[in-house]
Amino acid sequence: MTRRSSRATHVPADASRRASPPAPSHAPRQAARRPPSSGARGAAPGRAPVRVTSSAFGILTLAALPAAGAQASAAGPGVTPAGDIAWMMVATALVLLMVVGLAFFYGGLVRRKNVLNSMMMSFVSLGVVGLTFAAVGYSLAFSGGSAVLGGLAHAGLRGLSPVGHGGVPGLLGFAFQATFAMITAALISGAVVERMRFGAYMLFIAIWSVVVYAPLAKWVWGGGFLQQLGALDFAGGTVVHINAGVAAAVLALMLGRRRDYGHKAMLPHQVPFTLLGAGLLWFGWFGFNAGSAQAANAGAVVAFVNTLLAPAATLVVWALLDLSRDGRATAVGLATGIVVGLVAITPAAGFVSPAGALAIGAVAALPSYALILWRARSRLDDSLDVFAAHGIGGISGALLTGLFASKAWGAPVDGGLAQLGVQALAVACAIGASAAGTFLIAKLIGVLTPLRAGAQHEAEGLDVALHGEEAYTDGEGALLVPVSRLEPGPAAVGGPARGEA
Amino acid sequence: MKLITAVIRKERLNDVLSALFQAEVYGVTVTPVRGHGGEREAVQTYRGMTVKMELVEKVRLDIGVTEAFVEPAVEAIQTGARTGSVGDGKIFVIPVDRVVRIRTGETDSAAVTPEPLPG
Repeated sequence: MTRRSSRATHVPADASRRASPPAPSHAPRQAARRPPSSGARGAAPGRAPVRVTSSAFGILTLAALPAAGAQASAAGPGVTPAGDIAWMMVATALVLLMVVGLAFFYGGLVRRKNVLNSMMMSFVSLGVVGLTFAAVGYSLAFSGGSAVLGGLAHAGLRGLSPVGHGGVPGLLGFAFQATFAMITAALISGAVVERMRFGAYMLFIAIWSVVVYAPLAKWVWGGGFLQQLGALDFAGGTVVHINAGVAAAVLALMLGRRRDYGHKAMLPHQVPFTLLGAGLLWFGWFGFNAGSAQAANAGAVVAFVNTLLAPAATLVVWALLDLSRDGRATAVGLATGIVVGLVAITPAAGFVSPAGALAIGAVAALPSYALILWRARSRLDDSLDVFAAHGIGGISGALLTGLFASKAWGAPVDGGLAQLGVQALAVACAIGASAAGTFLIAKLIGVLTPLRAGAQHEAEGLDVALHGEEAYTDGEGALLVPVSRLEPGPAAVGGPARGEA
Repeated sequence: MKLITAVIRKERLNDVLSALFQAEVYGVTVTPVRGHGGEREAVQTYRGMTVKMELVEKVRLDIGVTEAFVEPAVEAIQTGARTGSVGDGKIFVIPVDRVVRIRTGETDSAAVTPEPLPG
């Protein structure tokens, strides 16, 4: 495997580089897991600034591009191979598809009266977080600044070039990272379905993606203090899954239980959706994990194969646990097992051997399975078990990465107790930051606008109440109304009640 | 014997069933139905096509009871189904000429609620 110096995670030689002082020079960025080449530019004083004339949101003056390439080749290893760029574009699209998969996964698990609302909570993240991440989120995570928070050098996509100089082009690096922020915010929705107001949710993920997600991405990936300490997170066990899982549990606690929780059986209305969603998530996760190698190289192959193997192990263990408990393996169980396995292998994907991936996948099934059993009987209405799958699955994965990491398979260090300690510290930081940030944001939004839908809306179902649509309708009894005849104002949501018929 | 027919909100079905079982009324047939009872009309929009949903999804219960159970059953349905808003539904109590329990051939009062629970 040829090593290209601007992205590095999976080659043993990186271990030595990691030891270099974490000054804002080019060096720590090389050790960084995901250093978009031009993304790092703004903060690397040692490097000649590339003269790309660009305005906000990256509208480049094309004439400037050749100059940019010439400048960089003087400082960097040259032009990014076409194969790398092609793979990273495909990987980005795959991660986007995960959000769709998640919508189906969650949509199948809720009652039919809330399926559109639940799926929209995932879909709307594509829009809301796409905008916040382009505006400031990406810059706060991946441009200069301190070890705690990035700067505003790339705010509004300023200075991100479509040309790569060895690494992933800055503009493509943004797109890849943006899809991670989208899926992370969408994951939270599973804990608050069937009761949270849609507007309040949109506001929440808009703020959360900037105030909680971006700093955490900075700490772990953007050259922040956890990265400098040597915490390993290949594709987002800490930043994405522990973060989303903890935020989900906190938000569910603050919002309170669904009114039917503990009184009525609230069953999944469309289990095939959930299986479809789990399959799409697995498919997209190849981009999530193997794309995190930042190139089409041996590290990507390791991550790809591990993404295949770990969930396979989790799925089998999950089915066996189901079987041993009451003699029947369940479809919802298999779908959940797949997700837990994917979560667990995420931080380890490019750092462990295939055998290690199988072990991580198998072991990670146990704590999540146990927690889901407990949660269903508890008073915590984390409705779709986001904390058990992503929080606990992420913690299992992060800790096991510390044990199973192997230089021979691409990790910068071999696993052991010391690395386990570093991983535990990163887990604790992620839990603390996510819990505190989520709590404050939800409190703030709660002051401005109610977080919960009213009792009547909750009983009626949020699809009709909040969106004016039904998922499954044959149009019987629906009278076509010319828009001009609609009663104005609040009547449009439902006219005044007529007298008793 | 009476046939009690009730049309109630879908989401109150569980509450009504528990209330009925508490009143020891065990024989019940449940049907999903759609109807119009003067509640607010929901306006829905699908890609610019605006429609008024004139029919609301409801649940219909049919319960055959002996005279002694008419009042408890009606009471139980009201307890379980009432929210206080328009759209809670209706209860109809209808005289019945004849009832046959198919399994045993029993007729009339012997064929309707309550059937003593086995054991």
